[in-house]
Amino acid sequence: MAAAEPLIRVAGVNKTFMLGDEPVHALNNIGLTIRGGEYLSVMGPSGSGKSTLLNMLGLLDVPDNGQYWLAGADTVPMTEEQRAVYRREQIGFVFQSYHLIPRLTAAENMELPLTLAGIPPAERKRRLAPVISRLGLESRAGHLPNQLSGGQRQRVAIGRAIIMKPNLLLADEPTGNLDSQSGQEVVTLLEELNAEGITLIVVTHDSDMGGRARRRIRMVDGVIVSDSDSPDSGSSAA
Amino acid sequence: MIRSDDQLRFTGRALLRQRFRTLMQLIAMSIGVLAVVLLTGLGEGARQYVLGEFSILGKDILLMLPGRKETSGGMPPITGEGTRDITLQDAEAVLRLPDVEAVAPLVVGKAEISRGARNRESLVIGANQAFFRIRHVELARGQILPELPLEQTSPVCVIGETLRQELFAPQPALGQWVGVDAYRCRVIGILADTGTGLGMNMNEALIMPVASSMQVFNTEGVFRVMIDVRSVLAMKSLTASIENLMRERHDGQLDVTLITPDSLLQAFDNILAILTFAIAGIGAVSLVVAGVLIMNMTLITVSQRTAEIGLLKALGASSHEVRTLFVMEAVILSLIGAVTGTALAYVFLWLARIKFPDIPFSAPLWASLSAVLLAVLCGFLFSWLPASRAASQPPVMALQNQSGK
Repeated sequence: MAAAEPLIRVAGVNKTFMLGDEPVHALNNIGLTIRGGEYLSVMGPSGSGKSTLLNMLGLLDVPDNGQYWLAGADTVPMTEEQRAVYRREQIGFVFQSYHLIPRLTAAENMELPLTLAGIPPAERKRRLAPVISRLGLESRAGHLPNQLSGGQRQRVAIGRAIIMKPNLLLADEPTGNLDSQSGQEVVTLLEELNAEGITLIVVTHDSDMGGRARRRIRMVDGVIVSDSDSPDSGSSAA
Repeated sequence: MIRSDDQLRFTGRALLRQRFRTLMQLIAMSIGVLAVVLLTGLGEGARQYVLGEFSILGKDILLMLPGRKETSGGMPPITGEGTRDITLQDAEAVLRLPDVEAVAPLVVGKAEISRGARNRESLVIGANQAFFRIRHVELARGQILPELPLEQTSPVCVIGETLRQELFAPQPALGQWVGVDAYRCRVIGILADTGTGLGMNMNEALIMPVASSMQVFNTEGVFRVMIDVRSVLAMKSLTASIENLMRERHDGQLDVTLITPDSLLQAFDNILAILTFAIAGIGAVSLVVAGVLIMNMTLITVSQRTAEIGLLKALGASSHEVRTLFVMEAVILSLIGAVTGTALAYVFLWLARIKFPDIPFSAPLWASLSAVLLAVLCGFLFSWLPASRAASQPPVMALQNQSGK
């Protein structure tokens, strides 16, 4: 491989779900290359496979076949345990419905990936403090999720996603549950993180938000129908 | 890999910050375990009580009761309704037979015992000196009834501990006179606290010479005769010769029943076996109920948190770690529940013993152990299964499980 190894390289990936008796081709021979530091939006109608693509990129789901290299490693033949290590070290997730653990405070939720990685408490504190102040959550750190507004919850979720300093930040409809004001703040935050070097992939319905990305991908029926960046990645069109 | 102190802290938060859920689960689990321990404890108490009642009698004792039950099988009559009384002369005749060591004719009734202004209705037993030895009745103070010919009355008596307290406390009772209906006798001994035997509570009894008691109750016949046999081997032949003797003395009619405590024990052996069996059954059924209760509790809570399992995996926890977290939580919870339930059951059994001091309520060890073991096992198994299933799926499946769709 060349020295400029892309962060993500996907080739010939398929994923089929059974919806009743109908097989649904959620990913149909997808090919995609993403370099480190890119800002990418994935848009498309409901059921076009964009969330499936994101889950697959985030190693939350495995393709039926095809290849997916993440940071130079082929992830498809990996065991579930090996994928867990990659999720922990390389990938941060932001979900539409936040997925915070309700009994843990904002700080504890953000700290959770460090805890799961077995990092000692003192080191955790040291790493957590700058993230909390970066997100402007100092006064809310001790609150439980149900004491926070939607925007605050999503910021906590972003804090949790970046606490391990991953290369890849995946956001699935991150503003879907937010009013436009908080949504705007969350988008700005994500873009700032991208500007600091993290690779950002956002799945969204919202064309305004999708349009802000430097590279825009459109999916229909499991196929990438347009990619604003490189013509070489649209291999499925053949 | 998550550190074990963090693992404990995570579990602790799950249990302590969702107090309502934890409390409900604890209640369900402790009730399951409580049922097992309490039910077997009550059953075992009843069984021990029945067993104890019969072991008071020695094995080389024959009982002779007036009346005859002709039907074979079943329980021999304990209270006979004979057409002809067994008299003291009959008892003396039996005593003259070879192989008979001693006889104790008994008269039992209720009479008003009075001393000064205090009086109460109480059990009166007419007996002789041999009775004390045969029944292993022991004294706390004083002496037992004197050696007397059966037909001789004597104004003396031995009283039970409860009776002494009620009639005399705080004054000493020995040497004092008490009234027994219209008769009077002097207290010469106080019984040691021995509890009950065959339905007679000796603590509330007054024991007087049999001939005196016959005057009190104005009767010729005795309630039963205890016959102390010299050797257990002679029991069978002696039974026959006593029957012959009594037939002779009662004009050719056999109107007494002879019971060996052995045959009594045998008759009750069936009852005891059924009791034992029933307790095992109660234990087994309540174990199953407790198991199902704990199983459901654990299944529901772990299944409800499938999304959390998915999330932890998305954040980089391995399937193994996630499973450990959830199984640990369930096991700790069921252990606390089981210990609480057992402790509660022991408290209830203790209260029952205070209320009914005669019945030795106590849970058999096997019941307590298996209840706790079962609770932990159920907690383990039924958290392991759903946690394993959720943890081995791709995280996206578990995450979507509760995301609202």
